[in-house]
Amino acid sequence: MSHFSPTAAVSYFFNYFLMKGVLVTIGLTVAAVVGGLILGMGIALLRMSSNPVLAGAARFYIWFFRGTPLLIQLVVIYSGLPQLGIKFSVITCALVGLILNEAAYLAEIVRSGFMAVSAGQREAAWALSLSPWVTFRRVTLPQAFRLMIPPLGNSINSLLKATSLASVISVEELMRRSDMLMQEHFQILEVYAAATAYYLILTSVWDAVQRRLEKHFGRSSAAKTRRVAASAPVAQASVEARA
Amino acid sequence: MSERSMARAEGATVQPQLREVPAVRMEAVYKHYGDFTALNEVDLKVAKGEKIVVCGPSGSGKSTLIRCINHIEKHDEGLIYVNGVELDHQRKNIDAVRRDTGMVFQSFNLFPHMTVLENCTLAPMTANGLSEAEAKDLAMHFLTKVRIPDQAEKFPGQLSGGQQQRVAIARALCMRPKIMLFDEPTSALDPEMVKEVLETMKKLAEEGMTMLCVTHEMGFAREVADRIVFMNEGKVVEQAAPEEFFKHPKSERARTFLDQIIH
Repeated sequence: MSHFSPTAAVSYFFNYFLMKGVLVTIGLTVAAVVGGLILGMGIALLRMSSNPVLAGAARFYIWFFRGTPLLIQLVVIYSGLPQLGIKFSVITCALVGLILNEAAYLAEIVRSGFMAVSAGQREAAWALSLSPWVTFRRVTLPQAFRLMIPPLGNSINSLLKATSLASVISVEELMRRSDMLMQEHFQILEVYAAATAYYLILTSVWDAVQRRLEKHFGRSSAAKTRRVAASAPVAQASVEARA
Repeated sequence: MSERSMARAEGATVQPQLREVPAVRMEAVYKHYGDFTALNEVDLKVAKGEKIVVCGPSGSGKSTLIRCINHIEKHDEGLIYVNGVELDHQRKNIDAVRRDTGMVFQSFNLFPHMTVLENCTLAPMTANGLSEAEAKDLAMHFLTKVRIPDQAEKFPGQLSGGQQQRVAIARALCMRPKIMLFDEPTSALDPEMVKEVLETMKKLAEEGMTMLCVTHEMGFAREVADRIVFMNEGKVVEQAAPEEFFKHPKSERARTFLDQIIH
């Protein structure tokens, strides 16, 4: 065994094969966020519905997918379902698993965001004859979304790293390709140093995006609103959403 | 069916416009929250242009009463007519009634993520189909009326409570309502801001707006109200002109209530 070679680590960082793995990681994350948000939004709506069957089904979904490891979900989808004659490509398996799992978390975040918008906002919208769609689109959604950003950012950060689990079902993302390089060259620390650097860069970029979003959607809030205690429901709500 | 309520209305103050379709007519209205009866056989008639102050101890049902008028609260039994439209839980009737009524809330309920101007133009543009320019003109007209046109580009959070409530009044007026409902509009305000809001409401009253106000501001009631409606335990206990109500309250409950709030 030799010593740690910084030059080798740098060369792995610029390794084209590894870079392509980074792109797969980014692709998996983005697709899972988009899919997870759409599905999660739907589940959140069901969960908030007054119909006990629909609400119960949504509850069950959230309970199930948050209560079992993503690793098992991925393995079952990839290796278990073919036993029942259901077969997807590797990348589809990874996406299905990630989206199903992420949706359960995002559903709860979406729900907490909407619940934190005070009832008075909806009442004001009704009193002004706003249609349900305008009320949702212009009144509740923007306020709920602002409250969702911090927990959403957290969840997306976790998801970005959780995509590494897809390596287990042989998706060639960053982790899997690091493994492959490592097995070829046995420069364990050097390869994983490069992979670690990529994960840190990706999470840092996301942090920066999240800060931008918070700033953009918070333009009317916190710092400026502090003057008047009467608009406190929003501030209070964001604390609840974080809890 | 309405004989009794007619008798009661005539027994109260004589209204010159009584032969017209009343602005609000409630007949034997009930509202329950579980076991709690918030409205207990309420009859009320409000003529066009009339100014009503609803008062009573907390939990007496006064907020519920005015929140039922624009169907923010659903009444369980009885009849409510607003400008002749029956509030029968049908979507189109609810919409029609809400178009005729504006509401001002205790906690303002301005949209915190929109500027003052956007707060005022949203409903005229989306619900009434006004162009942006028309909606802006309309908004500036009413913001000038409540004396804060210079705050149009600010967010609600940058304004004082009194200013926010005046914006809320302007926002409601932008929909050109025929009836204004005020649900304790000054209760969340610092004392020094109460006056500016009451002045705005007085101005509105002078212009002939039909108004129902839940308020504890007895000075305002004395000066502006045509009639005081006193509620207790979900019932309208008595209604009378302010002069008479303050000098000779008929019920024991009203007497103790007045003793407690007028020092």
